[in-house]
Amino acid sequence: MVREGLFIDGDLPALLGTRCGACGSVHFPRADACTYCATADPEPVELSRQGTLWAWTAVTAPPPGYQGEIPYGIGVVELPEGVRVIGRLTESDPGALAEGQPMELRIVPLHRDEDGNDVVTYAFAPA
Amino acid sequence: MTDVTVAGAGLHPFGRFDGVSTTDMGVVAVRAALQEAGIGKGDFQAAFCGTAYGGVATGHKVLSRLGMTGMPILDVEAGCASGGAALMLAGAAIRAGQYDTVLVFGTEKMPKGIIRSSFFEPWQEEAGLASTPAFFGLRAQRLCMTSGITKEHLARVVVKNRRHGAANPDAMYQKETTVEAVLGSRVVCEPLHLFMLCSPNEGAAALVLRRADLAPSGVKLAAAVLRSHIPGSVLSESTPLAGSTDDDVPAPTTLAATDAYEEAGLGPADLHVMECQDTDAARELGSCEELGLCEPGGSAALLDSGATTLGGRLPVNPSGGLLSKGEPLGASALGQVVELVRQLRGECGPRQVEGARVALSHTVGRGANAGVVILTH
Repeated sequence: MVREGLFIDGDLPALLGTRCGACGSVHFPRADACTYCATADPEPVELSRQGTLWAWTAVTAPPPGYQGEIPYGIGVVELPEGVRVIGRLTESDPGALAEGQPMELRIVPLHRDEDGNDVVTYAFAPA
Repeated sequence: MTDVTVAGAGLHPFGRFDGVSTTDMGVVAVRAALQEAGIGKGDFQAAFCGTAYGGVATGHKVLSRLGMTGMPILDVEAGCASGGAALMLAGAAIRAGQYDTVLVFGTEKMPKGIIRSSFFEPWQEEAGLASTPAFFGLRAQRLCMTSGITKEHLARVVVKNRRHGAANPDAMYQKETTVEAVLGSRVVCEPLHLFMLCSPNEGAAALVLRRADLAPSGVKLAAAVLRSHIPGSVLSESTPLAGSTDDDVPAPTTLAATDAYEEAGLGPADLHVMECQDTDAARELGSCEELGLCEPGGSAALLDSGATTLGGRLPVNPSGGLLSKGEPLGASALGQVVELVRQLRGECGPRQVEGARVALSHTVGRGANAGVVILTH
């Protein structure tokens, strides 16, 4: 896993966020205080697995520190709880995607580490 | 309140200069600004140096070489707006009566290629989420959707700025280009092609600010504002991983511009010339909207009208912008101000905006930081 505490893996993967008890705002990743109203210790929540595509592009040259394959998709998915999340997309052809199309959370391999284990991260795939 | 004027402006050209150090470039720009102001050792009481990649005590290294130390020297880092931040601090210190003369400069030698930024966590790099051009691409795509901007509009921003830059001997690219050449360059991150993105590079810029009674003929610093972001916008320059579905969160640029217009007692309709952040072609159009030059969604029509071209109602980036000059982070905001000081003095030759008396410069970048400066003459 590329970073502990970011998401849960398994049959029902989910992004791990927080919800503010005072203003109801939802944050990702988990926040120490509400990023909107500064109320401390928002409640941990799992975010919805399904959403709709809001923006997308593809990365055609490896950015600093990245060891995986190129090209790869990157985009913004809008979730029903009123939050927009940035993440990788499993589709790397921008022409194959459309605004508002249903998307679903996946956990995908990035590359193999020195011990031969797959390092995984979260991504969105066309549903 | 005490007025502040720009008594001197100096530049080291922007480009790539092998064998020339960050310090070397700073020395050239500072020397030129001091000479123009007619001042030297002991004549300024503080120095602020904008830099992001310069390292420890960048400002001290420049002033040590010139034998001018002893006063407070502060390095200021605020991403792309580092120079704007330095200028805000310097102007405010003079207005408050703390100093009567302050040196402000910025110097930078950017790494080549896609910029590695310590802003990102290691896991974001590993996951491929530290791609700056991808964030530019996402922002450009949304702007295209909401403002009716086509790829041809984006290409025409590049053509315009490169035409302006062809008349600027201090720019990195001094050659015009065409819509066909821009759209023929490789796609970096849809909808952005290579020629639509500015090059990180090297350069330095310097200004001498004085209490107005000490330099009454100087260009007046009417406002110098720095603001950070307020939360909610997923594609804000604060580069968060999530945001809300509220589309009306004011951009940091809008926050800074609103404060700057109020401080100067002026509005967008009063401007004669502007230098704005054109890190990519869409960013210039977005900046025009965020700075109030047109209604939200109106930037394509503004470009189509010819208003932002030299000879138009409000030329934008007469220097050629970052698309022609390149972007040395710590120097780029002050480079804009040097250009505008020269425009207001009528010194810009073939790229002169005739009769310019009110000018605005704008930078925005990671943090988020947005800086807006208004000058009058």
